[in-house]
Amino acid sequence: MKQPPLITVQVQKDNFDVGLLQAGLLAGSSDEGAIATFTGYVRRDNESRTVETLELEHYPGMTEASIMEIARQAAARWPLLAVAIVHRVGVLHPGEQIVWVGVASSHREAAFSACECIMDFLKTQAPFWKKEQGAGQEHWVSARHIDSKRAARWQTDSIE
Amino acid sequence: MLKVLFFARVREQLGCASLELLFPETGFDLDGLQRQLCDEHGEGWCDVLRQDNIIRAVNQVVVTGNVGLSDGDEVAFFPPVTGG
Repeated sequence: MKQPPLITVQVQKDNFDVGLLQAGLLAGSSDEGAIATFTGYVRRDNESRTVETLELEHYPGMTEASIMEIARQAAARWPLLAVAIVHRVGVLHPGEQIVWVGVASSHREAAFSACECIMDFLKTQAPFWKKEQGAGQEHWVSARHIDSKRAARWQTDSIE
Repeated sequence: MLKVLFFARVREQLGCASLELLFPETGFDLDGLQRQLCDEHGEGWCDVLRQDNIIRAVNQVVVTGNVGLSDGDEVAFFPPVTGG
């Protein structure tokens, strides 16, 4: 019988080690033929503003549940062996890692697609909010229409 | 009791992160809660909560439109999300 994929979700202030996270995805199994990962970083310049710090706020409880649901939906769509998602909160600086998504599967197509799909939904559905600070000013980052459009692509069957 | 939470820009605009209020009566709903917050806190709150991109969640699930509430529910108001 097919085992459900192992899904782990972490929302944390601390930085993370992508090597350890990727090794954790393998966790003693030899069925994985592919792991696709995505690492997001804080940009120095965002929409022509210079960012000195980026503060991430979340909704404890709902954020974790929302990410877990996004991962479950991806696992229902593609044959995945494991999914791990880490998202940082608190005050970050340019160049720092914010988010990591890792997906293990037997084949690369599922790993690539699921990793991208999870990121697209994470950006548009998981309750996180970014506030930039730079040049003595604060600015709540606005949701971008392009992100909604990217997530909406997965609602159709045109991408597999 | 109802627990009401506000996040990010909404929290800053209201100057309030959370509040609790007595559950008034059976049949009370989300739009009724918003009206009550408006009545109790004034026009400033009405304007913030009425912004058309505000997202409302009940018991940590996003809802669209009006929904009924029960004693003990947790309601949240927040702006569009910007994680990742």
